[in-house]
Amino acid sequence: MAESDASMTTFVERMPRPPLVWNNHSMAWISDRIAGIVENKAPRWWWVSIAITASVAGFGTFCIFYLLFTGVGVWGNNIPVGWAWGITNFVFWIGIGHAGTLISAILHLCRQKWRTSINRAAEAMTLFAVMCAGIFPAIHVGRIWMIWFVAPVPNPNWIWPNFRSPLMWDVFAVSTYFTVSVLFWYLGLVPDLATMRDRAKGNVARAVYWVLSFGWRGGNRQWRHFDMAYLVLAGISTPLVLSVHSTVSFDFATSVLPGWHTTIFPPYFVAGAIFGGFAMVLTLMLPARSLYKLHDVFTWDHIDVMCKLLLFTGSIVGYAYVMEWFVAFYGANPFERFAFLNRYFGPYWWASWSMFGCNVIMPQLMWVRAFRRNWAIVYFVSMCANAGMWFERFVIFVISLHRDFLPSAWRMYYPTWVDVFTFVGTIGIFVTLFLLFIRFLPMVAMSEVKSVLPEADPHYHPPGPAGEEAVKEVQV
Amino acid sequence: MSAASLSKPAFAVIAEFPSAGALYEAAEKVRDAGFRFWDVHSPFEIHGMNKAMGLGKSTLGYIIFCGGFLGFTTAALLEFIPSSYLFPLIVHGKPVNFYTNPPFFPIMFELTILFSAFTAFFGVFIMNRLPRMHHPLFNYEPFKRVTNDAFFLVIESVDPKFSEIGTREFLEGIGGKEVTLIYAND
Repeated sequence: MAESDASMTTFVERMPRPPLVWNNHSMAWISDRIAGIVENKAPRWWWVSIAITASVAGFGTFCIFYLLFTGVGVWGNNIPVGWAWGITNFVFWIGIGHAGTLISAILHLCRQKWRTSINRAAEAMTLFAVMCAGIFPAIHVGRIWMIWFVAPVPNPNWIWPNFRSPLMWDVFAVSTYFTVSVLFWYLGLVPDLATMRDRAKGNVARAVYWVLSFGWRGGNRQWRHFDMAYLVLAGISTPLVLSVHSTVSFDFATSVLPGWHTTIFPPYFVAGAIFGGFAMVLTLMLPARSLYKLHDVFTWDHIDVMCKLLLFTGSIVGYAYVMEWFVAFYGANPFERFAFLNRYFGPYWWASWSMFGCNVIMPQLMWVRAFRRNWAIVYFVSMCANAGMWFERFVIFVISLHRDFLPSAWRMYYPTWVDVFTFVGTIGIFVTLFLLFIRFLPMVAMSEVKSVLPEADPHYHPPGPAGEEAVKEVQV
Repeated sequence: MSAASLSKPAFAVIAEFPSAGALYEAAEKVRDAGFRFWDVHSPFEIHGMNKAMGLGKSTLGYIIFCGGFLGFTTAALLEFIPSSYLFPLIVHGKPVNFYTNPPFFPIMFELTILFSAFTAFFGVFIMNRLPRMHHPLFNYEPFKRVTNDAFFLVIESVDPKFSEIGTREFLEGIGGKEVTLIYAND
């Protein structure tokens, strides 16, 4: 026993746990750096970026209104491809959101302390992605003023929705997901809004932050309930986030269409969602980290871990793709076999191979540590994953639909300019909202990052002769 | 200190501590001294502080359970009343009965989560008596640093063991710095 203890000590000494915030920064440094982003004048790049993204968002909004005033005929959808870019974009954006909830909920339950540096931004990204997602089901009905028919409320026709429909489950799943994400995000924001309040120079700013922070005082009798609420929200968000993309996948899996009708869909969709979401977190946070000099808070260790998650979830997605081939072959259903041969060798072969290359091949670069710590390669792989996940949904929805059971009903699908610019417009809306978020709210959870500093531990002893003794005491 | 403020009733005595560790050890001593109306204030939740203060687990979890159960019940009524009585639909050749329940579960699940989340969010503020537009602690200017990097221990004057002189001396004795008397608002 004594020998193994001794070897343990040497191992711990040789491989100390890396610090989560680099360069031994103080708590005041964290407040100054994060809150300073909001308090200082907006940098020039921010104005340039938001001018561009807001213009894109504006044109996207124009496309949405053009659709509403003209009708869904302005989209390229037609029988047999009745669901095309609209549902592709919806599932794409919903999937993006999943990484934020994974970071805030599942990693909290797993006590992954590194999450504190990125959870705020990732949760904000979740909200904005779900907002973009929600646009598509709302506008695809054409007559948006009738959208209230999906809600189970009494109406003059005395018609009630079918609660056994996956589309109905989707309405509840996505709206619950959005609401719970907002509550979770705002709860975590309250202590940081209190920090902003106490730092505010002007009376107006102070009053606004006071209202927003509910007059939070940071007493332990408050933290006690706060911690319980946070824990429970994490606990209920975990099954929620897994259920949302499962429910989205039920929209397809419960149908009889070859290429959709598979039991692998729920886990496969969830893994893909987390994969795509982590890619989007990296896409947004790598530039934000450089522009706001957050290298010591959002460190290379964080990027490294996220790249490993990208590799892991990307490999699950790759497994699902290959398993679909196997089931198509082994299931001996000629329609299913045709669907998969057509997927990879039919007229849309380029979409399927882009999907496979971006989602399965490119993340394999992340096996190499040097690549995980290279800005350009990480960014390239995350952009590949963003594109690949959009292609995945396009492949699943459009390719499965464009070859109907009877060849007489076969038809190609081509998007119109409205399709393209509505999607590009939602990217503009998404990035605009994110830019507004980093401008007006603390983008890193200050109180949570402070709580993972070494000196936040009540049993911490400052380094020095006494500190070394304390470390040895813990080892024995 | 002006004469006017001296006439105000005391709200509490506040002491600052240099670190989370010092605050933790001080909290253990205040707990052992038998105070009841006191609190520690910190920029983040200090791990294990509930034990140091002699507080149990938050009861919020039980309230959230009730909220979740209410959500489950709401969903069940929302689904079964229209589907069974108001507008009975036969889907996939299946009427609504005990054996065709499973497709109703997803919505029950979602509303259980939704109601729990609302209960958790509003519960934490109701249990903390928030929102509150002012609090006597904010009369003490250095208290602003509590959301940055400062650690405070507050013993309120409503505590039966409180005395302006004795409590100050006690807090100084356990290592509190800048021990100050805070006055109530009126």
